Amino acid sequence: MWTYLFKRILAVIPVLLVVLVVVFLMLRLTPGDPAANIAGDAATSEDIAELRIELGLEEPLPVQFAIYVRNLLKGDFGESFYYKRPVISMIADGIEPTLSLALFTIVLACLVAVPLGTLAAYKQGTWIDRLVMGFSVVGFSVPVFVIGYILIYFLSVKLDWFPVQGYQHIADGIGGWAYRLVLPSTALSVIFIALIARMTRTSVLEVLSEDYIRTARAKGLPQMKVLLKHALRNAAVPIVTIIGIAIAILISGVVVTESVFVIPGLGLLTLDAIQGRDYPTVQALIILFSVVYVVINLLIDVIYTLLDPRIRY
Amino acid sequence: MSAPVLSVSNLTIDLPRNADRQHAVHDVSFDVAPGEVVCLVGESGSGKSVIAFSVMGLLAKALTIANGTIQLENEDLTRADETRLRELRCTRMGMIFQEPMTALNPVMRCGDQIDEVLQEHTDLGAGERRQRVIDMIEQVHLPDPERMYNSYPHQLSGGQRQRIMIAMALILEPVLLIADEPTTALDVTTQAQILHLIRELQSERNTGVLFITHDFGVVAELADRVAVLKQGELVELGTTQQVLSAPTHPYTKMLIASVPVHEPPVRAAIPEDAPVVLKTEALDKQYKSFSFGGGKQVVDAARDVSIEVRKGETLGIVGESGSGKSTVARCITWLIQSSDGRIWLAGDDIAKMPKRDLHALRQKVQIVFQDPYRSLNPRRTVGQSIIEGPLNYGESKADAWAHAQELMQLVQLDPEGLDRYPHQFSGGQRQRICIARALAMRPELLVADEAVSALDVSVQAQVLQLLEQIRDRMQLAMLFITHDLRVAAQICDVVAVMSKGQVVEYGPTRDVFNNPQHEYTRALFDAAPGRDFAFARSDS
Repeated sequence: MWTYLFKRILAVIPVLLVVLVVVFLMLRLTPGDPAANIAGDAATSEDIAELRIELGLEEPLPVQFAIYVRNLLKGDFGESFYYKRPVISMIADGIEPTLSLALFTIVLACLVAVPLGTLAAYKQGTWIDRLVMGFSVVGFSVPVFVIGYILIYFLSVKLDWFPVQGYQHIADGIGGWAYRLVLPSTALSVIFIALIARMTRTSVLEVLSEDYIRTARAKGLPQMKVLLKHALRNAAVPIVTIIGIAIAILISGVVVTESVFVIPGLGLLTLDAIQGRDYPTVQALIILFSVVYVVINLLIDVIYTLLDPRIRY
Repeated sequence: MSAPVLSVSNLTIDLPRNADRQHAVHDVSFDVAPGEVVCLVGESGSGKSVIAFSVMGLLAKALTIANGTIQLENEDLTRADETRLRELRCTRMGMIFQEPMTALNPVMRCGDQIDEVLQEHTDLGAGERRQRVIDMIEQVHLPDPERMYNSYPHQLSGGQRQRIMIAMALILEPVLLIADEPTTALDVTTQAQILHLIRELQSERNTGVLFITHDFGVVAELADRVAVLKQGELVELGTTQQVLSAPTHPYTKMLIASVPVHEPPVRAAIPEDAPVVLKTEALDKQYKSFSFGGGKQVVDAARDVSIEVRKGETLGIVGESGSGKSTVARCITWLIQSSDGRIWLAGDDIAKMPKRDLHALRQKVQIVFQDPYRSLNPRRTVGQSIIEGPLNYGESKADAWAHAQELMQLVQLDPEGLDRYPHQFSGGQRQRICIARALAMRPELLVADEAVSALDVSVQAQVLQLLEQIRDRMQLAMLFITHDLRVAAQICDVVAVMSKGQVVEYGPTRDVFNNPQHEYTRALFDAAPGRDFAFARSDS
């Protein structure tokens, strides 16, 4: 197990190298000049040329790449072209809102989706099942921003139950923090509820026809125990997989939600950085997202072994 | 006689409206007395499992009890609600199932699964429960109970798992044990041990047993009384001696006559000069696997196997699961590549032949598989399946079709059936189709890999007879792979007994059966159920 973990962690290195090269080249090969962006509309071409030298953009690409990697190895992600702040501190600022939003959303999604999916499987073919699956189709089809604006319109503007937008740091009070996360998390969770509920239903349905479910019933266990203790745990592997993928998508995919609800997280930062051609920031964010993907995948694989004793590495 | 623990009277269970018959079970009545073993015997679809499940209250939703009563110690279970049934399960009536491989929850420790019964039905504390579970594991004769308690099902063998199931069903000493084909999926030696265990435990506790089986050998071994079911109707009920030795109903007579006898008949000798069709020399097959930490692991699936089949001869390869018999068949048919040794097919060494050259030779070897339900493509008509091979080898469509029609007649099916799909045929008919498909290639060697194992006895007897006729008529060499000694006794001229990848005994069938030399062969014969029982024979 430990050798396996070690090997998996080592495998992150080539992944990151590829990501690094691709991102680095993509940013520089797509049109748009950060220097022109920073200098503004009134700048002369001399100003821009000077700025380019200052930012190190006049060096040949391989040299730029070498400098970047050397700095990375020292733990230096560089400085934002725009804000003149170390990228790492900007990410540190943005990570709390994003993580909060992502975790809040995924916990909410799981709490709703897993029971819903299990219920649908248990009541297969009844109106409950059809209702859950109907909801799931709707959840897939409606974009996040539509749900977000609908929620804001009714719950904030009309009923005034929740703030329209904004974020409160957890350090300034947990109550306010959670209160402000309710709307954005709900909006964001809809599609994940749809996804996870569907997966749960399919997986539980498959398990319910297994022989050991019949054995559990023959033991005289009540239906609830059969469902929770015997069915759900055996159905868990695909469900956990989809939850893991959901978390990864969430963390790197909060851009839209954060802009709808004006949450100062990584999503907004990414949006700004891309629009402003802020190379160091974009690069750092994408490295971060890749690491998150890899770590979550690893975690899922470890959780498999806890759920199913037959899985060993 | 004391009051029965189970009394089923006039039980009728309806099938869903669009089924092929109206009742799954019709007007069935029988009793099980304390300490008595009653066997419900019948072929597939006879309704025997439906009766078992209706007693436990575990009937599929589509099936409904239309009439009759099921009395468990004078309590009518057909009127009991779900809560009451749940209380009774495992306390008054326990059940064990056919597939020990899948009947246990794979993600729970075995001990915990037994413990669950105690948790649900008793108020014992954790320590007491654990002790009782350990005691019970000991009573089903599992070694090292502590380790068994902590094992997961996949770490145990099939026989061990079935013992865990039995422990689970009997820990609260129910008055009735329902066993639904509990030994069908097990090897014959394991089967003998499990049957022995059930006998031992039920006589100690005076448990009434309702034992469901299709195997008359098992019936002879275990039952006090037998109930024979045919298409949901009880056709004969009596003591084991009565029913097996002097059956009265024609259906029972037919069933019992179909049970292959253990004694091999005298067979016509194969001419000395018959050419050798298949010969293997020191055939080896190893499986290598690599794992982190474990390093390289080598499993010898077949070792040093040397066999020979001549034209018009049937060689049986007999063995239990994991003995390597199917591995040998797959090497010979080139479904897998052998690791070492030589395989001569009609004079060509095919063991190391390049795939391209092999193509022409594939035609000469054809195989019939175990499960007729899964070995035909459900989306192609029977005719398409049969002619596909010949078309691949350049036969014209008209010729192939004409040949297919002849073959359908040969396997005693209506040639009109070529336009129909596999699901429109019964299991036995499908196996005939599989045989026709194999013969369409005009093979020299026919490999039958457990080809009759999934069939009911009456159908099995017919298919065996058919195979024999075809072999004689076409002068085929036949390699017959089976775990069933009685089947091997009937059809094989020569048998090779395999154990752990090796041939341990090899000789003419009559010699091997009448005078087994190797201790494994002897153990295998001793374990065969119902061997010493005098079955009624219509021809004797």
